[in-house]
Amino acid sequence: MMFASRTTKEMIRDPLTLFFGLAFPIILLLLLTLINQNIPDAVFSITNLTPGIAVFGLSFMTLFSAQMIAKDRVSELLTRLFTTPMTAKDFITGYTLPLIPMAIMQTVICYGVSLLLGMELTWKIPIAIITILPVTVLFIGIGLLCGSLFNEKAVAAICGALLTNLTAWLSGTWFSLELVGGWFEKIAYVLPFVHSVEMGKAVMQGNNAGILPHLWWVLGYGIGITVLAIYVFSRRIKE
Amino acid sequence: MKAIELHHLTKQYGGRLVISDVSLSIEKGELFSLLGVNGAGKSTLIKMLTGLLLPTSGKAVILGHDVVKESDQVKQVIAVSPQETAIAPNLSVYENLDLMAGVHGFSKSERKRKVADMMQAFSLSPYAKQRSKTLSGGWKRRLSIAMALIGEPEILFLDEPTLGLDILARRELWRVISELKGKVTIILTTHYLEEAESLSDRICILKAGEVKATGTAEELKLLTGSTSFDDAFVALVEEVAV
Repeated sequence: MMFASRTTKEMIRDPLTLFFGLAFPIILLLLLTLINQNIPDAVFSITNLTPGIAVFGLSFMTLFSAQMIAKDRVSELLTRLFTTPMTAKDFITGYTLPLIPMAIMQTVICYGVSLLLGMELTWKIPIAIITILPVTVLFIGIGLLCGSLFNEKAVAAICGALLTNLTAWLSGTWFSLELVGGWFEKIAYVLPFVHSVEMGKAVMQGNNAGILPHLWWVLGYGIGITVLAIYVFSRRIKE
Repeated sequence: MKAIELHHLTKQYGGRLVISDVSLSIEKGELFSLLGVNGAGKSTLIKMLTGLLLPTSGKAVILGHDVVKESDQVKQVIAVSPQETAIAPNLSVYENLDLMAGVHGFSKSERKRKVADMMQAFSLSPYAKQRSKTLSGGWKRRLSIAMALIGEPEILFLDEPTLGLDILARRELWRVISELKGKVTIILTTHYLEEAESLSDRICILKAGEVKATGTAEELKLLTGSTSFDDAFVALVEEVAV
């Protein structure tokens, strides 16, 4: 747990991590709620918007995770640690576990702010927060994979620019995918981002039957990517 | 028992030989320097000895353990201070040392005592609460070596420990390394001739992955008929180039 403690300290002492991890999703939520006051549209209603912003916020967890691994590789801290008795399991838990409470805290703050903005307080909110857990695993897994494969510059481009945009555009948070339709919608539904958001929306709408189909997609991607990430990272250690 | 034994160690990338048939042995407590120009294979050799790279062929044994087959045992007795400073930038000096003591499995009370000892030994106490990223280059290197030593290794690998430091910081670090002599076996890579000559018990000259000569600085001067160690080094590496 020493290494996990170090990861936590490194993250919470980085002002950019705190801004993008906690403040930025809240700013987006406030901004879109303001816009919604002038453009009455169901997409931007607070109940529809909050699950999307919560998922979008998690895409920054990928960036933090990948950047930390890539930085540790460049600074040779990982080289130093690879020559100690630490095992692959120690590294993987050290890089991933601290992100889970941070992701939950981010989601709780996101839903908390939504309550202040007028969302109804119901028992569905804690369920929505619980269903974010497999989404968290998915995004942290992508971070572990990218951090193991790419250098710091590539990580910033792939996780900081590409992934956040993919999450934004292909999740149905900002606009209805049905309105765009065609290949765009088909691609979006093959990827896990829209399913992550739809799962949260289904919870908030009380549509219990609508949760499971999306959950399988998220779990499938989450487990698949995490297993691949662990394999790649473990190979890196052996190399 | 020998600290390190290399038997025909070879590393090849594709068709390119980076380390070629290196055989040598290092005594316990010795400060052994690997000296060579850039690309000589110093860092590659260190990476193979520390289990970070697999040899293409040959064998390396550390305190009786094969580095490939018994890497877990080897990791218990070695420590590395890599070429880069290899510290956690947002952690304080104290926290960096505590992290390394923790990954070696020491209890909380042992960690506390060992960190205090190490800060005392390396004069780091005034900077205990300072974030390591704000330290100067020389102090970062000093912390890096302290982090390597906190696990009480029997063999310490110092990969270019004074690279990029000014002359004052370099001399200060030499003093720190000199004080470690005899207490732990040290394998030092450098391309500073003065550093190798003043610190080492023995020096191995590497050129293009091959051992050109091994011996004390005086023996290498005698071997080449040179009056200075600089001339001896140039004679050995030029001989290969011709």
